[in-house]
Amino acid sequence: MYLSRGTRWFLRIGTGVTLAFIYLPLIIIALYAFNSRRVQTWPIKGLTFDWFDKAFHNHGARDALLTSVKAGVGATALALLLGTLAATAVSRYRFFGRETISFLVILPIALPGIVTGMALNSTFTQVVKLDLTLFTVIVGHATFCIVVVYNNVVARLRRTARNFEEASADLGAHTWQTFRYVTFPQLRSAMIAGALLAFALSFDEVIVTTFTAGSTETLPIWILNNLSRPRNLPIVNVVAVISVLLSIIPVYFAQKLTADPVGSPGTVAAAP
Amino acid sequence: MGRRLADLLHGRKRLQLSLLLSGPLGWLGIAYLGSLAVLFVAAFWHLDEFSGKVVHDYGTSNFETLWNGDVYRTIVLRTVGIAAAVTVTDAILAFPIAFYMAKIATPRVRGLLVVAVLMPLWSSYLVKVYAWRTILNEDGILNWALDPFGMKGPGYGNVATWIVFSYLWLPYMILPIYAGLERIPNSLLDASGDLGADPGRTFRRVILPMAFPAVVAGSIFTFSLTLGDYITPNLVSSTQFIGNVVYANVGVANNLPLAAAFATVPVVVMIAYLLLARRLGAFEHL
Repeated sequence: MYLSRGTRWFLRIGTGVTLAFIYLPLIIIALYAFNSRRVQTWPIKGLTFDWFDKAFHNHGARDALLTSVKAGVGATALALLLGTLAATAVSRYRFFGRETISFLVILPIALPGIVTGMALNSTFTQVVKLDLTLFTVIVGHATFCIVVVYNNVVARLRRTARNFEEASADLGAHTWQTFRYVTFPQLRSAMIAGALLAFALSFDEVIVTTFTAGSTETLPIWILNNLSRPRNLPIVNVVAVISVLLSIIPVYFAQKLTADPVGSPGTVAAAP
Repeated sequence: MGRRLADLLHGRKRLQLSLLLSGPLGWLGIAYLGSLAVLFVAAFWHLDEFSGKVVHDYGTSNFETLWNGDVYRTIVLRTVGIAAAVTVTDAILAFPIAFYMAKIATPRVRGLLVVAVLMPLWSSYLVKVYAWRTILNEDGILNWALDPFGMKGPGYGNVATWIVFSYLWLPYMILPIYAGLERIPNSLLDASGDLGADPGRTFRRVILPMAFPAVVAGSIFTFSLTLGDYITPNLVSSTQFIGNVVYANVGVANNLPLAAAFATVPVVVMIAYLLLARRLGAFEHL
């Protein structure tokens, strides 16, 4: 396509500005993690690795990390099961209200976080009379994680032809064998990608968590609680860098696993 | 066991379907929608002024409190106003990079850029807000960088909230616009140029109308996410947003009915927005 030199340069500069806007804050926080002083002032006077050592030995941060991993694994497992079931039903069967399912799955993420958080909170505390624990955190996270598994599996099922399954049935395989040897191998990488994204989503979530956690401290809640404690900010910096890395790794692998054109918004971007 | 189950399922589409759907529908259709219904009902309860306990009588007193309270009206206007400002800012920031990705970059660069935009979308929300807190801080890098020019950063406040929200939701705007622009055939843009339109005119008359539904699709995220957030305003300003009032009433004030009534505001705004977005054809771009 023909574009004048001026337009090209304008677009290049615009791209550069936006990329800088996206990445500079993350780079700055990474630099602060090596700041030798306790106070957060710019410019940084000296560099040190000390805070990494202190962060690794900080019990609060370690417990919170463990809690987050538990919550993430629990929520991912539930989301994986429910998301795959719903995706299979929607893609392989015709029934009344089929269109409603995808709407229902997206709802927990499309509605503002405070609404989902509050709705779950009032049901847990007023209706079911449950104490807010790790369990309620997992239930809350699973609710909005279903959509990422669902979207990935639906996208995959849409692309894989049904005739394999029909051929398998014609050749005498029963329902379970067809699923085990034909459908599942085709879905596997989409399911793993969905699970990785669900984990990343759960690992970072704050708003719904604040309504469902009670006294449970996930890693984002730990960060939130420690932002008001200037003494702990150097450790928060280290935890921040580590949690960015921990959430980027699953997304990177999820990208590699989905053969979809990278970043088709429906599969990867449907998250808060 | 597996064999017998399979025999039972064989050819029984209805049974298969109900097994597949009972879990997801039970969870989302009954538990989650049920929770939303509880919340909606709770909006019509009220708090007993003396005992501070929730009274399960039905009335519209919460909505009257909200409607008549100037404070609440200001908070709603502020929240919706910032959400609109964030949406416009993100659309402006997203367009050049989305266009570059869709139409100019080589496939390799395009892949890299998509990943570059996608990564921060998934990296910790709180870390990003915290990063901006240190940047906008009195002793932060922004004031340091502006100092030689005799200027100062905005500090914490509404401007900070606007910047941070724009930062947080930017990838949600870039990706749909990129996908939307990619669908516009290059030949159309060339035709516009051949027929004598300058780049500005091609942009206004061809690109913008065709990419508009994608912009609206992106704006659903930027709008909804801003409406439902209370942590960012809390961390980079001292002003109240809808979310702050809701959170304070669920927790500290323990006035669930009022919180539930106020939470209906973003829901109503979002439903109206979604209906409008659907009319504008944004749903195919989600």
